[in-house]
Order: sequence, then C-alpha cells, then structure tokens
Amino acid sequence: MSILLVAEHDNAALNDATRAAVTAAKAIGGDVDVLVAGSDAGDIAKAVAGIDGVSKVLHADGEAFAKPTAEAMEALVLPLMDKYDVLMAVASTMGKNFAPRIAAKLDVMQISEISAVESADTFVRPIYAGNAMMTVQSTDAKKVITIRPTTFEKAGDGGSASVETIEAPSGPFKSEFVSEELSKSDRPELTAAKIVISGGRGMQSGDNFVLLDKIADQLNAAVGASRAAVDAGYVPNDYQVGQTGKVVAPELYIAVGISGAIQHLAGMKDSKIIVAINKDEEAPIFSVADYGLVADLFNALPELEAELTKIGL
Amino acid sequence: MKILVPVKRVVDYNVKVRVKPDQSGVDLANVKMSMNPFCEIAVEEAVRMKEKGGVDEIIVVSIGPQQAQETIRTALAMGADRGILIQTNEMVEPLAVSKLLAKVVAEEGPELVILGKQAIDDDSNQTGQMLAALLDWPQATFASEVAVANGKANVTREIDGGLQTISVELPAIITTDLRLNEPRYASLPNIMKAKRKPIDAKTPDDFGVDIAPRLKVLKVTEPPKREAGIKVESVAELVDKLKNKEGVI
Repeated sequence: MSILLVAEHDNAALNDATRAAVTAAKAIGGDVDVLVAGSDAGDIAKAVAGIDGVSKVLHADGEAFAKPTAEAMEALVLPLMDKYDVLMAVASTMGKNFAPRIAAKLDVMQISEISAVESADTFVRPIYAGNAMMTVQSTDAKKVITIRPTTFEKAGDGGSASVETIEAPSGPFKSEFVSEELSKSDRPELTAAKIVISGGRGMQSGDNFVLLDKIADQLNAAVGASRAAVDAGYVPNDYQVGQTGKVVAPELYIAVGISGAIQHLAGMKDSKIIVAINKDEEAPIFSVADYGLVADLFNALPELEAELTKIGL
Repeated sequence: MKILVPVKRVVDYNVKVRVKPDQSGVDLANVKMSMNPFCEIAVEEAVRMKEKGGVDEIIVVSIGPQQAQETIRTALAMGADRGILIQTNEMVEPLAVSKLLAKVVAEEGPELVILGKQAIDDDSNQTGQMLAALLDWPQATFASEVAVANGKANVTREIDGGLQTISVELPAIITTDLRLNEPRYASLPNIMKAKRKPIDAKTPDDFGVDIAPRLKVLKVTEPPKREAGIKVESVAELVDKLKNKEGVI
C-alpha cells in the first residue's frame, strides 16, 4: 500500500489538520508520502519532513499553487496517482474542492470525511449531519479519501523524510484565482483553538458579540456562532459551527444563547467539555452539556468576565 | 443560455433520523421528504438569472424513485421550465450520479450546471466536482455570489477563514453554499402552472451507465451518545469546576 497525502497549509504555516491526516494514513498502513503544493513553500516541506511517519515529501512550487484551484490540483495530482494506491486529503474547503475531481478521473467512488479507519479498505463516516455513522468497505482498486481532522490524533515530530522537488504545472487552467478576503483576527482559528466560545440567536445582535470577544481574549479562545446567528446576520458565515459550517472539537466549548439544533450539535459534540449558558432550561443544548447554567446571558457573560479576571485571566 | 439544475429528494432537514435496529440503514418509512436545501438554493439562483435575462431555459433533473417527480415539480413551481426524471429505486452514489448527469449535459448542451454543494443525507459533497471532472469543465464550488458576463463566471466562494473569488470560463459547474440566496416559496398559481410543465421519464439504462455501488455499506449505527452533565447554580461555581475539576482554563 502506498499513500499520497496532500498537505494543508497557507504557504506560511502548516495546518495541524495535516498531522491528523498522517495519523489516519498510518492507520491504513504502508508508505505515506506527503505532497506539499504551494508557492515559496519550502519551509512547509521541511516541516512536513519532520512529522513522524512520513516516508517522503514531494514538493511542487509554482505561482499557480499559491492559491491553487481544483483544476490546477488535478493537473498536479492526477499524474502522480499512477504510483499510489490511496489519495488522502483533509476535508477542508480545499480538500473537498479538488479530491472528488481526482476520484472521478480515476473512476473511483470517494469516501468523504472519514472519522475512523477500520482496516485498509473499511472506514467509518458520519451521515445525516452526524446523526448516524456509516461503515463502508471500498471495492475500488484505488481509493480517494478525505478525513475529518478533529477525530484523529495529530502526529508529532520525530521523522526525517527526504524532500523531493517535483515540477508544478503552470497552466493556464480553465479557472483562475482572483482575490481573497480572509477574516482578520488575532485569535486562534476556530478549528485549531483549544477553547471555543459560540453565540446563538440569543445574542440578539451582532454588536452583542463583543461580550463574547472579551471572554475569548481572556481565554485565548476562538469565537464561533450557530447557523441561526449567521442567518440573522449577526456574524459572517465563517464563524458558523455546525453541519453546514465548521466541525470543531476543542477541549472546552462554551455555547451561549444557543438552543442546540441538530445541525449545530453535529459541529461541536466531539468537544471534550461542553458548557451551555441559556435562559431556557428546556433547551436541547443542555442534554449534551457537561455543565449547564440556566441564566440570562446578558447577566452571565459580564459575571463570567469578572470571575475570569479574579483568577488572573 | 441553458442552465441545468440537478436536484435530490432527501429526508426533510427538520426530521431527526433514526437508525434501524438491524443496522442496515436509517428508517425512511413514513418520514417527510423534501428537496435537498442546497438544491433549492441552486434552483433559486437559476431562476434569478433567468429573471435578469440572458437565460432561455432551466432544465431540472433528478435521479431517484418515482416520488422524485414531486421534487422536480417543486422546482418547476419555483420557475424552472421542464424536468427530467431518471428513475431508479437503487441507491445511486455520487460517482454514478455524475456519470448520468454528464450524459444529460451531452444531450442538452447547457452552459452552466448549478448544483447544491452537498446532499444532507449522505453528506458526500462530491457530485458537482465529479461532474466537472468528467466533462473537463472548470468548477466553482461553495458559491456565495455568482456574476456571469462575457463567457465567464466570477464566483465568490466560502472557504475556511473567509471568502475567495475565482473566475471560471463557461461552460462551468457551480455548487451552492448557504448564503448564495434565500429560496422563494412557490405561489399557488405557479404550483398549478408547474403541473402542466413537461417531465421526461428516463432510466439509467437509457444512458448506458452502470450504477452499481462501489462502496459496500457494512453497517449504520447510532453515533456515540453524550450524557447530560450537571447544572451549576452560578458563574462562580462554573469557573471553579472548569479550573479546578477539569483543568481546561
């Protein structure tokens, strides 16, 4: 078995989800080669070479891979698949974009967003927004797999893989990157944060999210939101935690003014400790919370801020 | 310009699905079914483009059982012009769906195919991308804004951490994200009108596509349950638990 894993990064830093993917790849077994496709991404390739369990790093550098489109990724990855049995990618918006394209070209049915590896051809994946888990066995000779990074341990350092430079196709491709507008924040990224504090419809307005911001700063937490809060226009969509947003699994998840719709629970129920603050004691969020506080959030949040200050945060 | 919009009939998003005791799947008997929400957004986007002008026809296609006709009718009531039902009672995986759709594209010659980014039953998020690959068309996935002009589509995409805009040459595939638009409710006159719009009946065999599944479903189980914990009486007690008992702050 030989596996080609596509690294997740932004040319400046390696995304930890890559380490989770290495763990998933090791569970399948065989050599794990990692493709670093980027622009000026030499440092990323070096960082990947140091991950425990990586056999070889393939580094493709070119302008088209600064913000690669699915078409550019196809041009790079598809020819490489002659030599590999498995293509693995993170189920990020990047991986979700290009992996099915490769699968179709290989005439393979992709296995999306796996949460566990049972054997080299059998995997578990959530369906119905995580309300059921499906175990599937692939009958395809080659496999294309995306992984849900929150359910795999992150592989640590300790490897010393070689880095091989390969040619990056230069295009032109039928699609072209135009621009990008990333949310600027000094806080950790939602999917990488150890603590996440999210607000729901109960926040009543976007302005009130400042109450969460203060606590997030004290805890070095990321701020998230339920789909209801996003739909109401309180915060942008990239705050959204849930089936249709981001899946997070931090050590501590604080849900504030969130009722706990199925769609939200799908995005956070793997968190280690869940805290719910809601004035409706019947809210479904309490049925998954380790600690529930029935209170008006407009009283509870300033109190929480004060209590955290008291303990030196 | 012709637009093709594939739609899927799925369990309504408000239904909490139950796993069958024999672990063979989820129980779909007597469960409310609806058009996949992302597909509704795709239909709405096509109809809005037609209302702005420059679109001659919107064709809706669905692959599924006889009842998928109702899903097509819903799309016709929203403003699509005609439907194609590729009828089968088998479970059809995204790879086979995209092969069927590629055949429909070859017959109908649309310049744009707009699909939902994922179906809320199997959550695969593959069909649009696979169809793009089979046709060798460019793809613009997870769209939150679409502007078509001069043989190109400028599409703003929802990506991790923000928004990205790409430009794709037509013909192209677009898959919809949540914020692209808010689908309309069909009016009663339009629902009546939709009953007279034509729906072509086909089968996978008509297209010569092998729809045999590549993934064998071994079992479907309940996700691990989370037990409800305790209620705390005050914020101070909460902070104490998080700091001294759990050590997470």
